Amino acid sequence: MNELLVLAPTDQIAVAVRDIEPGETVTLPDGSRIVTRTRVPFGFKVAIRAIAAEEKVFKYNVPIGTATQAIAPGEVVHLNNLRSDYIATRRERT
Amino acid sequence: MMNGYLRQDGRKGIRNTVIVAYLVECARHVAQEITNRFRGQCVHMIGFPGCYPNDYASMMMRRLTTHPNVGAVLLVSLGCESMDRNNLLAEVRASGRPAELIVIQSSGGTLRSIEAGAAWVENAISEIAAVPRVEITAADLVVGTVCGGSDTTSGLAANPAMGVAFDLLVAAGGRAIFEETGELIGLEHFMAERAVTPALGEEILACMRKTEDYYRTMGQSSFAVGNAEGGLTTIEEKSLGAYAKSGQSRIAGLIKPGDIPPYGGLFLLDVIPDGEVRFGFPNINDNMEIAELIACGSHLILFASGRGSVVGSAISPVIKVCGNPRTYRAMTDDMDVNAGAILENEATLDEVGQSIFALIQDVAAGTPTKSEKLGHQEFILSYKYFTPIGPACLPRVA
Repeated sequence: MNELLVLAPTDQIAVAVRDIEPGETVTLPDGSRIVTRTRVPFGFKVAIRAIAAEEKVFKYNVPIGTATQAIAPGEVVHLNNLRSDYIATRRERT
Repeated sequence: MMNGYLRQDGRKGIRNTVIVAYLVECARHVAQEITNRFRGQCVHMIGFPGCYPNDYASMMMRRLTTHPNVGAVLLVSLGCESMDRNNLLAEVRASGRPAELIVIQSSGGTLRSIEAGAAWVENAISEIAAVPRVEITAADLVVGTVCGGSDTTSGLAANPAMGVAFDLLVAAGGRAIFEETGELIGLEHFMAERAVTPALGEEILACMRKTEDYYRTMGQSSFAVGNAEGGLTTIEEKSLGAYAKSGQSRIAGLIKPGDIPPYGGLFLLDVIPDGEVRFGFPNINDNMEIAELIACGSHLILFASGRGSVVGSAISPVIKVCGNPRTYRAMTDDMDVNAGAILENEATLDEVGQSIFALIQDVAAGTPTKSEKLGHQEFILSYKYFTPIGPACLPRVA
């Protein structure tokens, strides 16, 4: 079973289908491998190639936001490095 | 073979429920006490908490009390609130349903109102047992979809599987409604391209511009903290998952709350109020969306969840489709479908979609859903403002 789902061939991210710890070597559906740099929990996104700051990030080949900083392959892609192009995500739970 | 309840307007219900409806919060306790006497039977409570008049709330109460799943209606009024109880009563009676009004202030207060109401409901249950039964097929059904407690699996498994079921329903001549326009932000151009006419596509784009403006004014998108804890990062990523529940059919119309789809096909429900922002968030929780889908005639609701919602609804059964296999195992009693099997390679998307379509037909034939069995009957209605849809929104109506 694949550990990562790549939803469209042009996407720079894949979705973890199990909890992946930092430093694990995971295999992509095309057989290539990446080493995780951060923890990637089940359902979270991981960069599968280098993403530049201000680059649009695609999932299912649809833009889901813009990278706020450079993201290296193997890093989790989430609130710390991706912002909405529509309405900012609020993070607090009061 | 499904067996429906034939109503005077020709629509067919899949349940024969007695509704106890409070017309202001001040009448809710009496309505609740009446409803509580009939636990385990088809008696549900709905209501409107506000004291001030609102066209949207009146329209919603009229649509809900004349819904095909409703067999009889008891209205419970305090007496001094603004809801136009006499016209509402007249409209329900004109629909051929047994209906009664109890005004607490002229019925001797709480206890006597509860006794009178419970006695009326008891009689109504026997009376509506005689409603004619008729064959009902998928082509007679209106099915709404909603998602709540979304995580990344909602978009990977639950919503796409519901989309497959929606395609099967549309192919069978049924009416399918998807909504949560606040959670379709980012997909506006895809939806416009799927519209059956360019003019309908323009209406969809205008609706989505209104949606984005509305949420921008509120300073918050339709994105909860739990969504991020489940791996979703932006509203457009959440939207991508929500959008998948629409399936692949062309979009045959754009409707607003209370508009009943007039022909078979896939419809987008615009839930964002028109005009200036005036009553707060468009829909403050999932049940407010569900109530609007039901007011559009939905016989049952498909509800996708990843983090694990437990809600059901008054009037129409809710089928829970869980995309997250861990949540499914943790909350099996609440979940009707384990779409997470797709992520664990135990079932294909098509197989789960087909099983949802089969379950729609079972539930329409009378099989209770998990939330029905557990007694979930959530309901909420609040203030909103809408203007009527334009002629381009329903291209197949001459």
